[in-house]
Amino acid sequence: MSLIIGMSILLGCQFLGEVLSLALSLPIPGPVIGMLILLVGLVIRGSVPPSLRSMGEGLLKYLTLLFVPAGVGLIEHVGLIRQEFWILLITLVLSAAVTLWVTSQVMQRLAQRSGTAQEEDA
Amino acid sequence: MSPLPLGQVWVYLAASPLLHLFATLIAFVIASRINRWAGGTPLLHPVILSIALLIAFLLLTHTDYPTYFAGAQFLHFLLGPATVALAIPLFDQRERVRRLLWPVCAGTLAGVATAVVSAVGISLVLGADHATVLSLAPKSVTSPIAMGIAEKIGGIPSLTAGLVLLTGVIGCIIGPWVLRLGRITDPAIRGFSMGLAAHGFGTAYCFSTYGAIAGAFSGLAMGLSGLVTAFVLPPLVQLFGL
Repeated sequence: MSLIIGMSILLGCQFLGEVLSLALSLPIPGPVIGMLILLVGLVIRGSVPPSLRSMGEGLLKYLTLLFVPAGVGLIEHVGLIRQEFWILLITLVLSAAVTLWVTSQVMQRLAQRSGTAQEEDA
Repeated sequence: MSPLPLGQVWVYLAASPLLHLFATLIAFVIASRINRWAGGTPLLHPVILSIALLIAFLLLTHTDYPTYFAGAQFLHFLLGPATVALAIPLFDQRERVRRLLWPVCAGTLAGVATAVVSAVGISLVLGADHATVLSLAPKSVTSPIAMGIAEKIGGIPSLTAGLVLLTGVIGCIIGPWVLRLGRITDPAIRGFSMGLAAHGFGTAYCFSTYGAIAGAFSGLAMGLSGLVTAFVLPPLVQLFGL
């Protein structure tokens, strides 16, 4: 029963998110708004219901499996990929490396600064 | 057993959603086994292996993608509630997030800008097709969001979905290396960078390799970068007339 309650909470939040996304024609997908709704709900409640935790953590454990169906869709673009294979590969590798580097360095610098500021406060 | 009934059985099975749902699960189990035998290397990521196995299966059985998806959509559907469920690790780490609020905001903006500009810039320089460039722009964002953005800005949503997956795998391969080179040891920053550059793949990798703190921050980065990109990219594309 607890899994059903957990799934209902998740689907309920997603549903609300989809409705909001459509009604206000937001560029953000429904599930992301649903995530924000659930987060606000959890902050108000102050704890995670055990039913929601077991369902949610179960889903997150197998997150990568859920990407497979969309990935098989690459079969529809075999021609385009073959044609632009090197462009795609070089772009993806370089872009991922640069993004990782910039994000981690920016955060590292700022975290060090705010970390020392907090220690001074204390 | 005569061949005719067997053929009929195949026709029946191939048309029902059961076969391709089953095939997807089996492919994932086989891919995970192979990955474990190979010592868990991200080069043979279970998702990429499963996709390769399934594409081979579809080509061998002359099945088209819509027929496959009719079965696999039940798994695809769970991406929605799984995205919502990311609120749970975020909630668990709320104190830590509050403490790192300023680095998190700056990291999101810097990361999203870098991801989009580098993807568009590099592919333009290399002479990619117009639709390919637009399909590449949202590639660091989790697939449900990226597909929506690609559709809005004139990319090819299903191509974007594939590029998003490849980005995720590439991020898992080079991420640990980039982080080591940059001397990043804080699990929160490791997780955040991985989630920003490699969305759900980065998040899954962080949960299994760097632990719960990194996983939660990775989930946070995935959500935030999705939000920011969804808001910023469509107007930007219009502005620059891409």
